[in-house]
Amino acid sequence: MSLVQRALSGDYPRSRVLAVALLLILVGLALAPFVFPGTRSLNVAAKVCVFILLVASYDLLLGYTGIVSFAHTMFFGIGAYGIAIAATKLGPTWGSLALGCVAALLCSVVLSLVIGLLSLRVKTIFFAMITLAVASFFSILASQLSDFTGGEDGLTFKLPVSLAPGTKLLETAVFGVEINGKVLSYYIVFFGALFLFLALLRIVNSPFGRVLQAIRENDFRAEAIGYRGVVYRSVANCLSALAATAAGILYAIWLRYAGPDTTLSLDIMIDILLMVVIGGMGTMYGAAIGATLFIIAQNYLQDLMKLGTDAAAGIPLLPNLIHPDRWLLWLGILFILSVYYFPTGIVGRLRGVK
Amino acid sequence: MPAPNAAEHPVLETHGLTISFGGHVAVDGVSCAFHSGTLTAIVGPNGAGKTTYFNLISGQLRPTAGRVSLFGEDITMLPAPQRTRRGMGRAFQLTNLFPQLTVLENVRLAVQSHARMGLNLFSVWSGHVELIERAGHYLERTALADRRDMLASALPHGDQRKLEVAILLALEPDIFMFDEPTAGMSVDEVPVILELIHGIKQQQDKTVLLVEHKMDVVRSLADRIIVLHQGELVADGNPAEVIASPIVQQAYLGVAVEAA
Repeated sequence: MSLVQRALSGDYPRSRVLAVALLLILVGLALAPFVFPGTRSLNVAAKVCVFILLVASYDLLLGYTGIVSFAHTMFFGIGAYGIAIAATKLGPTWGSLALGCVAALLCSVVLSLVIGLLSLRVKTIFFAMITLAVASFFSILASQLSDFTGGEDGLTFKLPVSLAPGTKLLETAVFGVEINGKVLSYYIVFFGALFLFLALLRIVNSPFGRVLQAIRENDFRAEAIGYRGVVYRSVANCLSALAATAAGILYAIWLRYAGPDTTLSLDIMIDILLMVVIGGMGTMYGAAIGATLFIIAQNYLQDLMKLGTDAAAGIPLLPNLIHPDRWLLWLGILFILSVYYFPTGIVGRLRGVK
Repeated sequence: MPAPNAAEHPVLETHGLTISFGGHVAVDGVSCAFHSGTLTAIVGPNGAGKTTYFNLISGQLRPTAGRVSLFGEDITMLPAPQRTRRGMGRAFQLTNLFPQLTVLENVRLAVQSHARMGLNLFSVWSGHVELIERAGHYLERTALADRRDMLASALPHGDQRKLEVAILLALEPDIFMFDEPTAGMSVDEVPVILELIHGIKQQQDKTVLLVEHKMDVVRSLADRIIVLHQGELVADGNPAEVIASPIVQQAYLGVAVEAA
């Protein structure tokens, strides 16, 4: 049990329902290639892994430190493009992947520190504005430097042979599933995301993480007892950027593609915000719940509505209302309802916090 | 009794400390030295600049002119956290806590700051049992031990004032700055705080600065009184003399002395 305690950094779900939900997500994702072997469902599972990490890293900023940033997708994009550019320019080798990772992480550290030191001294609204500007600049840069980034089309690239879908890694199938490069890629994504999620959980439960919460609560008093706000905010910003970059790296490995629409767009930024709020700000587990629900809804709500439309055929108006084309409307309504009824997010609600 | 070791280097000193907000000069050329083993009470009418003087000393405000030095070193431009790390501790007049954290956590954060553990990223906070125990110790000294798991915002006002003092104690400073520590406390709570301040002042290596309105409190604790009026230092000396001086009697403390 103490292994569990150490892995969770002593931060238990503190709600039976939440514990069961988290366990279901963990087991579902761990066994996805065997339980949901279809191309589409495995795609959804990989996306859930990546977004759990991405949303958790955003929650470190928004929920734990009280900083609003709009540059999170930029760091996500730096990770994805880092891998994509390295693989395109230097060829599909493990060495070039490693180089791409290191370059992307370095780039994110430097950028996040510069943004942080320039703007985290002053009001956090200023930081939000700066991040919005830098992120917009970055996404324009990515679409204009088409020789490098593939412009609006993005970059499709090859990975080392052992990660290619056509590569058989085991002679025999396991539980009827062929163990190929795609399955290996999935597990790189899964374990990478799991490890980094637990690392973030550790950080928010460390002495450092407690200071972040103190700064969020009352930064004036935190300064008066000896904590320099700008230092803590900058470190949090930097760690959050690094984790987002790692999520981008994992996503690019899975998709073997990096483009503005999958990483840099403002739509994704808004999705991340929604996932944090739905799951519950300031709880890492909220990121896991929010990301899972949101991405499943995003991918399967249309199917569900199609079923509904077919079933309701003949009834006036109803088939039109639940036509798959209206899925965004329903997602919006679901979001408004969840914010209205669970202002502290699903996790806050489950833990019984008002 | 004047400061016993006035001949030694002062722990804390302000030289011509001045701040003006727009045209209003809130603190006007205050020069004063504070020595260890001494409790100095700072009195004066409302709006005299006492709290502003404190803010200049502990670094919440930057002066327009003048200097602050701590242990002989100029700290005028040093931000508040660094001053705290060099041994200055401050309790605030308006209760200033971490409202959504527990009572214990409020104090534990101060203990953690004093232990220089804030940038420890990869250990679990609850594993640092010694910090939690030390925080518990300060809660006991301020008679808050049975409220340790309540949220700070849920405490009654008097207990919030005590928590404010517990946080200051947990910083283990060399210089204690109390800004009306007993304001708003019920009569039976006041002695706990006064006894604590008295205990601190007994330690010869500690320096205490106390802003206080209640003259009985000042009389029982202070080794020295300075009087601020409209931002200027107008009297400085041992309690009996200062309280008896006509300027204080008439203009600033008349009512308070009668009441006491």
